Amino acid sequence: MSGPSSMRTPLARVRNLGSSHTGTGDFWRQRVTAVAMALLIIPVIVVVIMLLGRNQAGAAQILGSLPIAVILLLFIIASTWHMKIGMQVVIEDYVQNEKLKIASVMANNFFCFVVALASIYAILKLSSGV
Amino acid sequence: MALSIVHRATGIALYFGTLLLAWWLIAAASGPTAYANVQAFTGSVIGKLIVFGYTWALMHHLLSGIRHFVWDLGYGFKANEREALTWGALVGGISLTILIWIIAYAVGGGR
Repeated sequence: MSGPSSMRTPLARVRNLGSSHTGTGDFWRQRVTAVAMALLIIPVIVVVIMLLGRNQAGAAQILGSLPIAVILLLFIIASTWHMKIGMQVVIEDYVQNEKLKIASVMANNFFCFVVALASIYAILKLSSGV
Repeated sequence: MALSIVHRATGIALYFGTLLLAWWLIAAASGPTAYANVQAFTGSVIGKLIVFGYTWALMHHLLSGIRHFVWDLGYGFKANEREALTWGALVGGISLTILIWIIAYAVGGGR
């Protein structure tokens, strides 16, 4: 599309993309996930306080209930996505070496994905009661 | 006030703090022994300090983030408004943290 034979002007090719070359997608998603967490934070704190001082059986029962599982799943998805974007911004700001930057961004993706998947799996396991 | 770096620092702290959250959920799904290990850690002095720090980082990052939203919407750029937002996030973050811990002890302490 944007090869030498393209009829698009150089300006049209870069317009709205910015220095990340992928446009404002991450900027927008960072804010969407932030709003999601701002809305979810009170229910999440209530859930955590509900679990204080309980043993595993009591905690598992609470965490396995449908509304609480959904609240936590939403919060986990929003937070891991948000922190992936946030840490990438930090890496891109401070890591100057290109190879190290790519490795760091990749490690960031792995970290956030592992945290997300492990937490989601744990909640689904608690919900299914196995 | 150089608070934007605190927003970033609390964000990085929360990033690694999610490991604790993930560990806690995995332990709850794993069984009584694993869960008791988490409780032993969060009940220790160091564990409590970390969770307290995590609570503050979360509350500060939340309020500081709302401050960024105000700016995104095009408000709060005057010097006095910037000062007010900054102090609001700083004082609000500490106040909410203490409030949450008071409620946590009042509700969970008796169990």
